[in-house]
Amino acid sequence: MTAIFPLWLIPALPFAGFLLNGILGRRLPKWLVTGIAILAPLGSFVVVLGNMFGMFGDMPWPIFLSSDFRVVENVGTWLNVGSLHVPFSFTLDHLSLLMLLVVTGVGFLIHLYSVGYMEHDGAYWRYFSYLNLFLFFMTVLVLSSNVLLMFVGWEGVGLASYLLIGFWYQKQSAADAGKKAFIVNRIGDFGFLIGIFLLIANFGTLTFSDMAVQVSANPALAGGVITTICLCLLVGATGKSAQLPLYVWLPDAMEGPTPVSALIHAATMVTAGVYMIARTHFLFDRSPYALSVVAIVGTLTALFAATMALVQTDIKRVLAYSTVSQLGYMFLGCGVAAYSAAIFHLMTHAFFKALLFLGAGSVIHAMAGEQDMRKMGGLRKKMPITFWTMTAAVFAISGIPGFSGFFSKDAILASAFADGSLGKVLWFVGAVTALLTAFYMFRLWYMTFFGSTRDEHAHPHESPLSMTVPLAILGVLSVCGGWVAIGGGFYRFLAPVLGPRPEEAGSMEYGLMGIAVALAALGWYIAHRLYHQKPGSAQALAEAMPATYKILLRKYYVDEIYAVLLVKPLLMLSRFVLEWVVDFAILGGLAWLLGGTATLGGAILQRWQSGNLRSYAAWLALGAAALLLFLIFGHAMGQNFAIAVRY
Amino acid sequence: MNALHGAVPIAWYLILSALLFSLGVVGFLIKRNLITVFMSIELMLNGVNLSFVAFAHQWHQAKGQIFVFFVMMVAAAEAAVGLAIIIAVFRARATLAVDRIDLMKL
Amino acid sequence: MNGIDQSILTLILLVPLAGALLVLLVPERGKMPQSIALVTTLFTFLLTLHLPAHFVQGQPGFQFEIDKPWIGSPAIFYHVGVDALSMWLVVLVGLLAPVGVVTSWKAIKTRTKVFYSLFLVQQTAMFGVFVALDLMLYYGFWELSLVPMAILIAMFGRKNGAKAAMKFFLFTFIPSAPLLVAILWLYAKTGTFSYTELQYFIASGALPVGPLCWVALAFLFAFAVKVPLFPLHGWVADTYSEAPVALAMVVAGKLGLYSMLRFHVGLFPVEARQMAPLLIGLAVIGMLYGACLALVQRDFWRMMAYAALSHLSLIVLGIYGFTFTGWSGAVYQILSHGVVDAALFLLLGVLELKCATTQISGFGGLAKKLPQTATLFVIATLAMIGLPMLSGFVGEFLILSSTFAGVSKGWGIAGTVSVVLGAAYMLWLVQRVFYGEENPTAAAKVTSDLSFGEHAVLWPLAVLMLVMGLQPGLFINTIQSGVHPPAAAVKSGPGRLILMDMQTRMPSEVQR
Repeated sequence: MTAIFPLWLIPALPFAGFLLNGILGRRLPKWLVTGIAILAPLGSFVVVLGNMFGMFGDMPWPIFLSSDFRVVENVGTWLNVGSLHVPFSFTLDHLSLLMLLVVTGVGFLIHLYSVGYMEHDGAYWRYFSYLNLFLFFMTVLVLSSNVLLMFVGWEGVGLASYLLIGFWYQKQSAADAGKKAFIVNRIGDFGFLIGIFLLIANFGTLTFSDMAVQVSANPALAGGVITTICLCLLVGATGKSAQLPLYVWLPDAMEGPTPVSALIHAATMVTAGVYMIARTHFLFDRSPYALSVVAIVGTLTALFAATMALVQTDIKRVLAYSTVSQLGYMFLGCGVAAYSAAIFHLMTHAFFKALLFLGAGSVIHAMAGEQDMRKMGGLRKKMPITFWTMTAAVFAISGIPGFSGFFSKDAILASAFADGSLGKVLWFVGAVTALLTAFYMFRLWYMTFFGSTRDEHAHPHESPLSMTVPLAILGVLSVCGGWVAIGGGFYRFLAPVLGPRPEEAGSMEYGLMGIAVALAALGWYIAHRLYHQKPGSAQALAEAMPATYKILLRKYYVDEIYAVLLVKPLLMLSRFVLEWVVDFAILGGLAWLLGGTATLGGAILQRWQSGNLRSYAAWLALGAAALLLFLIFGHAMGQNFAIAVRY
Repeated sequence: MNALHGAVPIAWYLILSALLFSLGVVGFLIKRNLITVFMSIELMLNGVNLSFVAFAHQWHQAKGQIFVFFVMMVAAAEAAVGLAIIIAVFRARATLAVDRIDLMKL
Repeated sequence: MNGIDQSILTLILLVPLAGALLVLLVPERGKMPQSIALVTTLFTFLLTLHLPAHFVQGQPGFQFEIDKPWIGSPAIFYHVGVDALSMWLVVLVGLLAPVGVVTSWKAIKTRTKVFYSLFLVQQTAMFGVFVALDLMLYYGFWELSLVPMAILIAMFGRKNGAKAAMKFFLFTFIPSAPLLVAILWLYAKTGTFSYTELQYFIASGALPVGPLCWVALAFLFAFAVKVPLFPLHGWVADTYSEAPVALAMVVAGKLGLYSMLRFHVGLFPVEARQMAPLLIGLAVIGMLYGACLALVQRDFWRMMAYAALSHLSLIVLGIYGFTFTGWSGAVYQILSHGVVDAALFLLLGVLELKCATTQISGFGGLAKKLPQTATLFVIATLAMIGLPMLSGFVGEFLILSSTFAGVSKGWGIAGTVSVVLGAAYMLWLVQRVFYGEENPTAAAKVTSDLSFGEHAVLWPLAVLMLVMGLQPGLFINTIQSGVHPPAAAVKSGPGRLILMDMQTRMPSEVQR
C-alpha cells in the first residue's frame, strides 16, 4: 500500500521551514517569517489528512475504524555497516497516524498562537525556526520504522527542547534549565541506547515489524533478556516523559516561552515515552515484570507529582507538575497493557493540557509577564474567551463527566482495576490522584479567574485573535475529544497495532466511574471551600501543617538530594580525587620523577662542561692517551670484549 | 742524500716530532695566556708536520708533503681567525687569561 | 594507472615541503607567509581529493603505490601507498591544513616565517605517516611529525611554552626509541622493512614468539603515548594549553590511532589480541576519567585536552574490541573527531583572541554579541556529544554497539556512561561561555563576530558534519572494505586468527 502524498513530506516541510528561517530569518521581513513558520506545520497536517482521506475516503463512518492498513516508505540508507542495516524508513499505521494528527494538528495551532504571543520578541525568526525544527524531529520520531531512527527523533526533540527552554538565554535560570533538561534526558537516553544495543545483539535488526515477527514466531522468548531490554527502554521513557526518578527537568523547563511549554512539555514531546512503549508493546507484553514496573513507576509519579502541584503558586509550575502526573496515568495505562487507553489519554491530554498552557500563556500575556497566581484573580470578566476555554480544560483534566479527560482517565483506571490485585492497589492510588488533580486544578481556576484582582498595577485585557482562535479550537476538542471512544470505536481503530483492549471490568466499570466522579467532585468542593468561599482558610491550613507544607513547597527536596548525592560527589571526585590525587600527584609525580632523574643526571654530567678550555683539553689529551694505550696494549683485552659482545 | 739518509735515522725525526708535539700539549695545558696557548697549538701542528715530512722522505712519496702544505694553509687561516677572536675577546673582557674565559658551558 | 596516479602521493608529500621552502625564501612582509601557506595547503587539499576520486572501490591491497629502492643497505625503500583504511585520513589531514592556517591567520603575529614553514613541514610529516609502507620511512615521518611541534610549542607557547615543549618532547620522543629498536630488530630478523612482507613473516610464525611480544609492546607503547591512552596522557593538557591552536588541532589522535590500527593490530594481530583486554580496560577508564576531569577544568584548552582523552579512548576501545564494525566505527570516529575538533578549536581560538583569556570564567553571555560564533559552536558541540544526524553519533554508536555485542556488556555500559558525561561538560561549557548573564569585561573586548575567512572555513565544516551524520555510507563503505583485508590476509597465512564479527559471534580462535 502506498500513500497519496509521500510520507517524507511530513518531516521535510518543517525542516525546510527550519532551514529557511534559521539561515535567512534574520534578513526576512516578519510577515514572511510568519508565513514560512505557519505553512510548514500546516502543510504537514494537510499531508497527514490527505493520506488519511486517501485511505478512508470511500469508507463511511464507522467502517473505517476497523480497516487495516500499513504504509512503509523507504527514503534511503542511513547506516549499512557489517550486518547492521538501518534505512531512513517511515511507517504510517493506525498508531502513527493518530499521533501525527495530534502532533501536526496541535503543533499547527500552537504555531498560530505563537504568532501573537511572540510578536514583540526580537528573535522572532529564531523562535520559529526552533519550533519547526522540533516538529521535524517529532514527526521523524513518530514515523520511524526502526528504533534507531526513532532515537534520532528522540534526541532531536531533546535538542529542540534544549534550545527552546534556553530561548531567553540571557536569563541564567533559563540557560540552566535548558542544560538540565538535556543532561537529565541524556541519562534516560543512556538507558535507551543500552536497550538498542541489546536489541541489536538479540534480534540482529532494529525494525519494529521485523522484531515483532521474531517475537511472535518464538513463543519461548520471554523473561530475562526481554525484561532487561524493556527496563532499559523504560529508563529512556522516564527521561523523556518526566517520570520518577528523572522528572526533575520538566518543572524547570517552564523557563521557556509558554507556547513551547504547551507544545513540547505538555502535548507532544513528553508523551514520546508513552508512544515508544506502545510501539514496542510486543516486547513489554512478554515481560509481566517489566509491565508491573512501568505501572508502578507511572502510578507513583502520578501521585507524587500531584502532591507537589497542590502548593505551587506559579501558574506554569502547577501545570508542569500536573503534566508529570498525567503522564504517570499514561504509564499506568501502558503498565496494565491497556496501550490504547494510554494513547487515548495521550490524545485527550494533548488537547486539554495544550489548552491549559495556552490559556495560562494568555493570562501571563495579559498580566504583562506575571506568573504568580497569588497576584491574579478576577480575570473572568476581563478575559471571557480565555476563561471559558480554560474552564473546559479544567473540567476535562479533572474528569468531569462528558469532558474528554473523563473518558480517557476512566478507561485507564478501569483497566488497572481489572489487572489483578496489584492493579487494584494502583487503581486506588490513581483514584486518590484524581481527587488531588481536581483539587489543584480548581484551585488554579479559582485563584486566577475568581475573586478580585490582587495586583493593582495590572491592566489585563483579552488576547488577540491569533491567540484566542487556537484556544477556541482546543476548547472544542477538550470537550468533544473523548467522545470518539464511546462504543469502543477508538480502541477498534488502534487494535491492529496495539492489539485488542484487555478485558474490562464489565458492570463494575460503572461503579468505578461513579467513585471517580465522586472523588473529582470532592476535589472541586474542597477547592471551592478553601479558595472561593473562605479565601484565608488555605493559608490557615498551611500554617496548621508547616512541615508538610514546607516539604511540598520545596518539592520534597529532590533537586537538593540529587545535588548532594550525585552532582556534588561527582564534581568532588573529579576535582579532588581524580584531578589532584591521580592526575597531579600520582601521574604527575611519576612524570616528574622521570624528568627529575633526567635533570639530576644532566646536572651531574654538566660539571664536566666547566667552560674551562684547559680542562677540556686535559680530558681530550687523557682520552687520546687512553685510546693510544688501548690500541697498543688492548689487543687481547679487545678480543675478550668482542666475545662478550657476541654473547 | 744517501749520507743524510744514513746519518740521521727516521727515529730521530720522529722523536723530535714527538717532543715538539708534547711540548705543545704541555704548553697548551699549563699556560694561562691565550696567545701562548695559541702558539702551543702551532707547535703541535709543526710537530705533526715534521713527522709527515720525515715519513714522506722515508717512503719517497709526495702525499705527506702535500699534507704538510694543507696543514700550513689551515694553520695560517686558523691563525688569522684565531687572532681575530683573541682580539675580540680581549676587547670584550680585558683579559687573556684562559681560566677567565669560561663561557662555553650551559 | 596513468601518470598522475603514479605520482600523486609523492606530490602530496612534496608540495607542503616546497611551500615551506618558499615561505622561508620570500621576505616576511605583510601577509606573505600566511598567503603562501594558505595557497599551498589548499592546493595540497585538492591533490588529496584526487585519491577518493580515483580510488578503486573493493580492490584489495594498496593503491597509488610507489615502491622504489632508496638506500641499498640497509634496504630502505621509498614505498608509499594508501588503502581504504588510510585514504580518508589523508584527505582529512589535507582538509585540516587550511583550517589550521586560517586559525593562525590572526593568532600568530611574530616570526610568521618560522611558524608557517614548520607548520608545512609538519603537514608533510603527517601525510608521510599515513602513506608510508616501509617501516624505516614510516619511522622517519613519525619522528619528523614531532620535531616541528616541539619547536613551535617552545616558541609560541602562551605562558610556559618551554616547559610544555620539554614535557611533550620527553613524553613523545622517549617511546620512539624502543620503537626504533623494535623496527631494527624486525629488520635484523627478516631483512626487510616492507610492511606487507613483514606482515607475512609475522603471520607465518617464522619469528620467535617471546621477543615478538616485546617488539609488539614497543610499537604499542609509542602509539599509546601519542594517542594518548590513560595513564600516558600527562603531556596532553600542557600541550593543549600551550601549543598554537593550529597545532593542538592536529597533535593528538589521528597519528597514534592510525598507527595502532595499521602497525600494531595489522602487524601483530596475535599479540594485539593478547593485550586487548588490558587496552579495553584502559580505554574505558580513559573515557570516564577524561570526562570527569573535563567537568572540573577552569581553562578551556585544558578542558578540551581531557575531552580529547575521553573521545580518543573511545576510538581505542573500537580498535581493540577486534570487531569489523568496531574498526569501521573507529576509523569513522577519527574522521569525525578531526573535523569536529577542528571547528571547536578554531572557534575557541577566535574567542581567546577576542577576549584575551582562556579561563572559562572570563566569559559569559556572549551569544548576544557573537551570535554566529555561538551558533557554530553549538553545532560543533552537538556533533561532538554524538547527537544523531551529526557526524559524532555514527562512530560512537558503531563502537559502543560492537563493544556491547562483541566484547562485553559491562565495558559497553561503562563506555556509554561517558556519553552522558560528555553532554554534561560540553553543554556546561557552552552555557558558561555563551549563555547567562553577560560578562562585562569580556563583552567590552568583543568588537566583531567571525571574519569572512572563518566563515568560509566553518560553514563547510558544519555542512560536512551534517553530511557525515546523514550519509555515512559515503565514507564508511570504503572504510569497511579496508578493515576486512587484514583479517583475510592473516587467515590465509599459516598462523590462524579468526576475527570475530559482532553478529557472527564466532569464538575467538588463536593458534600459533
